[in-house]
Amino acid sequence: MTTPSTTTRADAVPGASSAPRTLFRKIWDAHVAADLHDGAVLLYIDRHLVNEVTSPQAFDGLRLAGRRVRRPDRTIAVADHNVPTDHRAGGVAAIADPESRLQVETLERNAADFDIPYVPLLSRRQGIVHIIGPELGLTLPGTTIVCGDSHTSTHGAFGALAFGIGTSEAEHVLATQTLIQQPARAMLVQVSGQLRAGVTAKDLILHIIGRVGTAGATGHVIEYAGPAIRDLDMAGRMTVCNMSIEAGARAGLIAPDEKTYRWLQGRPWAPAGEDFTRARLHWETLHTDPGASYDKTVHIDAASIAPMVTWGTSPEAVTGIDGHVPDPAHVSDPARRQQMDAMLAYMGLAAGTPLRGLPIDMVFIGSCTNGRIEDLRAAAAVVGPRRIAAGVRALVVPGSGMVKAQAEAEGLHRIFLDAGFEWRDAGCSMCLGMNPDRLAPGQRCASTSNRNFEGRQGPGGRTHLMSPQMAAAAAIAGRIVDARDYLP
Amino acid sequence: MMPFTRLDAVAAPLPLVNVDTDKILPAPFLKTISRTGLGKGLFHSLRSEPDFILNHAPWDQAGILVALDNFGCGSSREHAPWALLDFGIRCVIAPSIADIFYNNCCKNGILPIVLPHTDIDRLMALATDPATATLSVDLAQQTVRATTGLALPFVIDAQRKQDLLQGVDDIARSLTREADIAAYEHAMDSRQVGVRAITQAGLDG
Ligand code: SF4
Repeated sequence: MTTPSTTTRADAVPGASSAPRTLFRKIWDAHVAADLHDGAVLLYIDRHLVNEVTSPQAFDGLRLAGRRVRRPDRTIAVADHNVPTDHRAGGVAAIADPESRLQVETLERNAADFDIPYVPLLSRRQGIVHIIGPELGLTLPGTTIVCGDSHTSTHGAFGALAFGIGTSEAEHVLATQTLIQQPARAMLVQVSGQLRAGVTAKDLILHIIGRVGTAGATGHVIEYAGPAIRDLDMAGRMTVCNMSIEAGARAGLIAPDEKTYRWLQGRPWAPAGEDFTRARLHWETLHTDPGASYDKTVHIDAASIAPMVTWGTSPEAVTGIDGHVPDPAHVSDPARRQQMDAMLAYMGLAAGTPLRGLPIDMVFIGSCTNGRIEDLRAAAAVVGPRRIAAGVRALVVPGSGMVKAQAEAEGLHRIFLDAGFEWRDAGCSMCLGMNPDRLAPGQRCASTSNRNFEGRQGPGGRTHLMSPQMAAAAAIAGRIVDARDYLP
Repeated sequence: MMPFTRLDAVAAPLPLVNVDTDKILPAPFLKTISRTGLGKGLFHSLRSEPDFILNHAPWDQAGILVALDNFGCGSSREHAPWALLDFGIRCVIAPSIADIFYNNCCKNGILPIVLPHTDIDRLMALATDPATATLSVDLAQQTVRATTGLALPFVIDAQRKQDLLQGVDDIARSLTREADIAAYEHAMDSRQVGVRAITQAGLDG
């Protein structure tokens, strides 16, 4: 967690209980296994999540050096990025793409060789790693969580310090259960007021990214606070923390509260009985002390936010549903102007075009940003008895097997299937173009995922990020519309 | 990893902001279980355009990239620095570099250098002209030099510098702190309530 151009707050009285501390600092202080140099520490890692894409080279490194995994009991492996989300019954052997199959098989073999608990493809527990971690009760307040995936920030919704790491760092965690880290700076995003009806956590975080910029929080851990954050359910908080990385932040954090405790109760690996009561006493101390200072503060008025839609190939290129594609001619910085020109060319959009009414070809509802049961319920409520527009292809991909089972128990799949959506198995799916679900060149997609980078959903694909409600409404209208006009 | 001491190489200008890791190496190239051979996917879509700088001499031999703000943003894929390395890039210079990518570079013997915009503008201009595109990066001296006599100092964390200079395996170094880690784990059980061992039971069905 370093940014070389700026000083860190290493001198800020670590562990001194009298000095007011931020939530970030409290978790940090509780996980210092060894002090190194210049404020750097060995930070102890409570949970290490492992996926098939970023781990093979880490296990190779261990083998080459003759090293073991220090704490298999704090590690869990699952395949999510590569796995097909249809015709699952044949298991791993039936994965058509040989390279994808090899990656999943390699994960299975590494998990077996190093004794790491593994969620098999055909387990009802399988799913996107950032969805199943909380579901299993592995994500707890005050813990440190890492994964070779940048959206590990999702778990911060529970007041856990959770961040993405590279493969070399993953190897370091496997071998030592620690990471070499320097303290990040602390940033507060204070969200006052109330979100208007039909405006969601996704709109809130897209708005925040638009304000902060994709590099605005580089080197920082963002803590989200304020009444509008307290009002969010856990699913919404996960959506917000998930996209912290899109503002450049290493992690997002929300202090735990009653909603957090209630959500955790009864989860397979959450503490139970006496332990829960004791854990809760500890969790209640996990908040920023009055008087603690942040390096940066941003104020957001929730009431000012409309349903958001991205128009470019960076998540900061975003506007409200009533907005227009901006005009590069109005941008003075030449590099920014050039980027904007390139974005509009790639997206096939002319300056001044209203977002509302833009025809779409594909709809993707899913991903670790919006693949939870609450997201599917919200989308289904918009769909109601209607059918998707002719010529549109639409996918609903539950974030986990448990989400899928829950949705089917509630009959949501019937609503989607009757409307003409495809109802899939759990995985990353069309969030990134590395499994069979992807856009064809030039296709325009209303997507609930988190990145609209060039080629992210398939080469030449054009992504508009939005909420599940907005994506569902787009599927029905065949164009980008205001989901509030479709609410029951 | 390969030590980084001094690098004399052609610098390629990449005057783009927010170059994300999908752009550096798109997802289809992540389907590998090895670290090598990724150079062919580097900047895949940009390189399909004949005009792209890395398709032209002398920049097709570039060892240094000069880019604009927020280089390496996006995913944590270490495949992005592996692809740079496989192509021959050992140094990235930009006004700001995304955190995870910065870390990943250091772990792979790629030197990430953050310089002010004014310095970047000068380097960008030099890199654009084949006559001045060769730069000399000296990590021990913490200086980027051009053939024109220009010398720009840069800042880097002391430990990272040492590790890069020596090509050191930081896992080996951290394992020398085994006693500290064990002591932490010992005390942890009383500090941490409810962080239970993960078991295979319950995951299969
Ligand atoms: S759903 Fe998308 S963002 Fe989330 S882990 Fe999968 S690929 Fe990454």
